[in-house]
Amino acid sequence: MKEFAELYRALDAATATKRKLAAMESYFAAAIGDETRRADAAWTAYFLSGGKPRQIAPAKALRALVLAQTGLPEWLFDQCRQRTGDLAETLSLLLPPAQGEEELPLHRWMSERLLPLRGKSDDEKIAALSQWLSRLPDDERFVLFKIITGSLRVGVSKSQATQALAQASGVDPQQMAMRMMGFAQSERAPQARDFERLTAQEPQEASAGAQPYPFYLAHSLQAPLNEIAQQLGDPRDWQIEWKFDGIRAQYVQRNGKAALWSRGEELITESWPEFAHLQRWLPDGTVIDGELVVTDGADVSGDDLSGLQPFSVLQRRLGRKQITPKILREWPAALIAYDLLESEGRDLRQMPQHERRAALERLIGATRARAHDFGDRALLRLSPLVQADDWAALDALRGRAREFFAEGFMLKSRNGIYGAGRRKAADGASVWHKWKLDPYSVDAVLVYAQRGHGRRSGVFSDYTFAVWDRPAGQKDRTLVPFAKAYSGLTDAEMREVDRIIRATTRETFGPVRQVAPAMVFELGFEGIGPSQRHKSGVAVRFPRMLRWRKDKPVEEADTIEVLQALIAS
Amino acid sequence: MDLICATPRGLYCPPGDFYIDPWRPVDFAVITHGHSDHARPGSARYLCTQQSLPILEKRLGSISAQTLNYGETVERNGVRVSLHPAGHVLGSAQARVEYRGEVWVASGDYKLEDDGVSAPFEPVRCDVFITESTFALPIYRWRAQQALADEINQWRRENSAQGRASVVYAYALGKAQRILRHLDASDGPIVCHGAIEPLNAIHRALGASLPATIALDELDKRHATRAIFIAPPSALGSRALTRLGAYSDAFASGWMQVRGDRRRRGVDRGFVMSDHVDWPGALAAIAATGAQRVLVTHGFTHTLARYLREQGLEADEIAGYEARDNDLETDET
Repeated sequence: MKEFAELYRALDAATATKRKLAAMESYFAAAIGDETRRADAAWTAYFLSGGKPRQIAPAKALRALVLAQTGLPEWLFDQCRQRTGDLAETLSLLLPPAQGEEELPLHRWMSERLLPLRGKSDDEKIAALSQWLSRLPDDERFVLFKIITGSLRVGVSKSQATQALAQASGVDPQQMAMRMMGFAQSERAPQARDFERLTAQEPQEASAGAQPYPFYLAHSLQAPLNEIAQQLGDPRDWQIEWKFDGIRAQYVQRNGKAALWSRGEELITESWPEFAHLQRWLPDGTVIDGELVVTDGADVSGDDLSGLQPFSVLQRRLGRKQITPKILREWPAALIAYDLLESEGRDLRQMPQHERRAALERLIGATRARAHDFGDRALLRLSPLVQADDWAALDALRGRAREFFAEGFMLKSRNGIYGAGRRKAADGASVWHKWKLDPYSVDAVLVYAQRGHGRRSGVFSDYTFAVWDRPAGQKDRTLVPFAKAYSGLTDAEMREVDRIIRATTRETFGPVRQVAPAMVFELGFEGIGPSQRHKSGVAVRFPRMLRWRKDKPVEEADTIEVLQALIAS
Repeated sequence: MDLICATPRGLYCPPGDFYIDPWRPVDFAVITHGHSDHARPGSARYLCTQQSLPILEKRLGSISAQTLNYGETVERNGVRVSLHPAGHVLGSAQARVEYRGEVWVASGDYKLEDDGVSAPFEPVRCDVFITESTFALPIYRWRAQQALADEINQWRRENSAQGRASVVYAYALGKAQRILRHLDASDGPIVCHGAIEPLNAIHRALGASLPATIALDELDKRHATRAIFIAPPSALGSRALTRLGAYSDAFASGWMQVRGDRRRRGVDRGFVMSDHVDWPGALAAIAATGAQRVLVTHGFTHTLARYLREQGLEADEIAGYEARDNDLETDET
């Protein structure tokens, strides 16, 4: 545990990527030659690549534990919690100093202590934790509470962790990225042998098991049309597709087993059981990259894109824990295929884009009859290609993206390979671009504020925005909250807003402050849909602040009708 | 009537007709210590400790001041005033005010641990205690300063080993000298910012043992990676630092206890070091005074007052001393 806590602190303190990489590399290098530490390192690799075990004990049990040990009143605990902005930190700062020290390796903490706590009663958890914590060195507390509360986040990207592992082990970085796929899948307890496989020198079969390939990601294109035209050249050199508003997913079928992976490298096969049907008629050794969407269930051919449902419908299905027959009936899914990464067990990623596309079309063509026989033809669809002679025509078409349940275009260099992550081609050019629609935007009023977390703890940085319930001039109109946002402001602006919030607070509800409506922001968001869960009746996607409209009086903020009109459009 | 009360000019003693650390110019000001929000210019006459006087003169220029030794009493309109060690910075004092058998003590800023620079805090029995509350939340609990000194020295050696100079931002009066006392001159040159050196001189003149220090332009660049530079927080990101080449920086402040504050500062390291009392220290100090009534200023006033009331004391916040919640610059003053 000591080494992991030290690594965590080093990564937390370092601002430079170089120092973070060096800290991880030396940690992993030391672990490779040491058996106990390999078991720890398996967990470390899991955490650093984004793995997060579910919460082990609920906040109220941990709070009760600390209150019992310190004798502090609850309100004072809550004030401390507000000050730090972090539960785990509050717990670790309040707990009385340890009585003696006991060092237990991370993997034993996980497998012998923490994971077995699941399913125990809160009282049993409190009793066990109190005993262990009394002997835990002070500087290991924070990270342990982070694990227990299920909120451990390390300030490194998965690709940095991969890079450090590759450096430490001497394994080729591409190969390491491959091995790391799915490593951080939730509910998985990594073992020493997993770390050994990760860092082993001998080459491993690329397509072993149901591992997906690292997803290739697009760069965002944001420039005036003439610059885009200049940068990208002839549009005919690009494979152009709609950027569908679903979930990026990889379908992997090998050795008679099908698996579906999300871009976050979560195995989502169980939430989308309909895709198990694909293996009835797709050949083994097939990996398809595509977009997971919800449809209206009509039995249409694989070339037909009709019946796609907006993201808000997909989201409703995502929220369900149990996938019942009713859900499958009401919100059936489809995969819109846009790339073929493996065919007959052969890795196609080094082939040019247009050849992979041709292979994908051949595969879908060849299996069409069988798919139809099984009644599955609507399940796997082909992402249609968009053609136009010039960028202006494309731009005009892009404006209609929402008619196609898309949020813009994907542009893929016809001769580009399928890379990994956000990597660019050897000449530095981007191979995949996303050319999105401009976001929706409305002018909304800041009505509630809450302190942020992490770097923003203590600062009022999380805001709730409202619009008017009826047009200006009408009597008794009120502000209806409809979205929360916390990004988009500069640090300086945030400090200014923070000061105004402190000065204009009307009422305090626990951590939330209600402020006098005075500040108007242009709020941008990617999507909008009707919602029964929100008082305003609308739910927006990815809301963020585009601009602080200091020029705009509150009375001129938008009304709910503007939002409703956006849903209808 | 209260012996000391809050007024728009600061704490005021009506029968004695004097102010304690007034915000605005007054006729007679008792000054607890030399930090700029306690010692302000423009008053006609000042009363402070002997050790505080050179600091006040450095900051306020020529003033008309009367000095006291710790424990020495002066009478003003029948009110007995004496100053007692507060352990905050060199010359810092608590003001004890006695009138017709009633004793009030205004703590100024204080801490309990002996920092080796200022005269250590002495509890003074009183009926009413006016305490500061800059860090009056239970999450603020300081480590022993030897452990802290070891941490700073080890960090500095690691930086040297990696070819980097070390920069510590610390308030010029008090904390800078406290850090200096723990540095090992054999580890390499100790460099002090121009805003700190004059205060070092005052400390040395009053007998403090500080290691030898040099100015930044006296630093031989070849020794930069072994150097440690002590600078006020305002030097963060300033051009002067380029002279050091590659460096790692740290902030020394009680606020560094909270991760978010540490990260917001944007420095490589935070050392949790404060000249203010922590939570357990404040409770211990209050208990040691035997006071039945406590008035709370400067900081988490509401929190501490409420907690003390729940413990059965009579406690109130003093209006006008707003929470310095999250304002890092005010740690030291």
